Amino acid sequence: MIKINLIEYFENTVDLFPDKLALVDSTSQLTFNELRQKAKLVATQISKKNNAINRPVAIYLPKTNDAIASFLGALYSGNCYTPLDTKNPVPRIEAILKALNPSCIITNDKFISNIKKCNLDIDVINLDELEQEDDANESLNYKKCVDTDPAYILHTSGSTGVPKGVVISHLSIIDYINWVADTFSITEKEKIGNQTPFIFDMSTLDIYLMIFKGATLFLIPEQKFIFPATLLDYINENKINFIFWVPAVLVNIANLNLLDSIKIPTVKKVLFGGEVMPPKHLGYWINNLDKNVVYGNMYGPTEITGTCVYHIVDDTFNENESLPIGKPCRNTDILVLNEKDELCKVGEKGELCVRGSSLALGYWNNFEKTNAVFVQNPLNKSVPERIYRTGDIAFLNEKGEYIYIGRKDFQIKLSGYRIDLGEIEHYILSVFDTINAGVFFDKAKNEIVLVYESENEIPVKDFRIKLMHVLSKHMIPTRYIKMDILPKSTTGKIDRALLNKKINNT
Amino acid sequence: MKKKIVDFLTEIRPEFDFAASNNFIEEGMLDSFDIVSLVASLDEEFGISIDGTEIIPENFSNVDSIFQLLIKNGVTE
Repeated sequence: MIKINLIEYFENTVDLFPDKLALVDSTSQLTFNELRQKAKLVATQISKKNNAINRPVAIYLPKTNDAIASFLGALYSGNCYTPLDTKNPVPRIEAILKALNPSCIITNDKFISNIKKCNLDIDVINLDELEQEDDANESLNYKKCVDTDPAYILHTSGSTGVPKGVVISHLSIIDYINWVADTFSITEKEKIGNQTPFIFDMSTLDIYLMIFKGATLFLIPEQKFIFPATLLDYINENKINFIFWVPAVLVNIANLNLLDSIKIPTVKKVLFGGEVMPPKHLGYWINNLDKNVVYGNMYGPTEITGTCVYHIVDDTFNENESLPIGKPCRNTDILVLNEKDELCKVGEKGELCVRGSSLALGYWNNFEKTNAVFVQNPLNKSVPERIYRTGDIAFLNEKGEYIYIGRKDFQIKLSGYRIDLGEIEHYILSVFDTINAGVFFDKAKNEIVLVYESENEIPVKDFRIKLMHVLSKHMIPTRYIKMDILPKSTTGKIDRALLNKKINNT
Repeated sequence: MKKKIVDFLTEIRPEFDFAASNNFIEEGMLDSFDIVSLVASLDEEFGISIDGTEIIPENFSNVDSIFQLLIKNGVTE
C-alpha cells in the first residue's frame, strides 16, 4: 500500500531492521527499535499535554539522538516539529516561539533555563525527567493525518527581523526522499556522516534517508569541523561512505591539502549544496578520491523542501568553468521567468521558479509573506496552480542545464546559512538606536560589513558584544567601517548601490 | 610573540579575553571560521605554512599551545 505519512516509512524500516544501528552521536547510539521506543514515549507525553493534531512542537535541543527521537515523537503524535538552534541568543528564540505559538517545547536539563528566561506560557517537556518505565501509548494520533499535513517548520532569515517559518508537508518529504534514494542508490548499507545543523533543510536528506532506507546516521560532533584533520579521522574510524555537506567544509579540506596525507577510501558519494561550490576545490576532491566516487551538486531553497535542481558531475567537468546547478529532479518543473512573467529563452536570464509536490505549504502564521512568493503560475490561465518564486536569478544553457547567477534581493549565503542583510540591519538599528547604518556583503572576502555614520569611531568590541545578544554568530558583521556622513540618495535614504560598489570594488 | 598571538585572536573575536582562558575550544571561543582566519594570519605574519595535520585541538587550546606550535614551525622570538 502506498505510504502517506513519514511514520509509516519509519515503521516499515524498524520492522525490516529492528536491531540495526540507526543513530550515533558523540555520547550514545540507538538501534531502530530503541529509536522507535523513545519516539513513542515522547509522543505520549506530547499528546498528554495537548491531544490536538497538526500543532507545532518546538524542539530546543543540540544536534543529538534525542533531538531526532523528539522529531519522530512529534510526528507520532500527529503534530509537526520545529528545531530551534540552541546557539541562538535567547531573544531570537523568544521571537520565534512567539510567532510560532507551539503546543509544547521539548528540551533537557541543560537548556531548560533558557526557555524559562523567555516570557512565555508554553508547556515544557524535559527529556531528562522522562522515565523509561513511563507507558507509551499505542494509539497514536499520526493515523489521523493526511499527506498534505505539516511535518516540520524550519525558520529562515527574514528581512523584517522575525525569521519566517517554512512549513513542509509529509507529501513533500516523501516525494523528495524517494527521489534521492533512487537517484543515488541509497540502501541500509549507507553510513551517512551528517554535517548540517537540523535548522538547515539539508539535514532533511540525512535524517530521512535513515528513516526511509535504514541507513545509519552519524551526527558528527561539531568540533570535528573546526579541525578538519580530526574530521577525516572520524570518517575512517566510522567507515562513513556518504556525505552531504556545505561547500565551505570541502573547500577548507582542499585548502589545507589534507586528502594528501589522510586518505578516506570508504567515501563513495559526495553531495554538496547550500551555496556555490568553487570548481577548483571540487577538482581537488575529484583528483584525490577514488575515480568511481559520485559527486552531486544539489540546488534548492528551504521552500521547496530540499533539492529541485541537481547536477551529477561527469566527464565534462572543467575546473575553469562554474558548475551548473543542473536539471530538475523527478516530479519537479522549473520555470525561468522574465520580468513580463514569460518563459525565458535559452541563455536569457530570469527568476528561477519551481512547481511540484516539493512546494512548502507556506510561511507559518504569515499569509502576506506566503502570498508574495507562492503565487499562481502565470503560464496557467485555466486552474489554480502554485509556483514558488525563489528570488534566484538563473538561465538555461544549450545543454538543458540551469546555471545559477545570483540573487535579486539582499539575501546572501554564508557557509550554507541563508542570511537576509535586512534582518541584521533591523537588529543593529534596534540595539544602536542612535546610529544610521547599512549592512553589506563583501563577495571577495566572504565577509559581512557594517558601514555606520558617526563622528567618533565605535570600538568593534562594543558592536560585537551587544550584537551577540540578539544575533547568531554567523550573522554578526566582521568588518566595521565608520563614515562621517553616509552617501544618500535624493530621497534621503542610504545610497546602497554606491556603498555596495565601493565594498565590492566594482 | 605571545602578545602577537593574543592580538590576532582578539581581532577575530574581540569579545573574549584570550589571555585569561586555558581552553578556547571547550569554552566555545573559536569556531571553524575563526580557526581559518587565525591560521591565515599566523602563516602570513611569521612567513610559515602550518600543515593541515597540525590544526588539531591540542595545538589551539590556549596561547601557550599556539606558541609551541609556532616554535615547532621554526618561528623564533
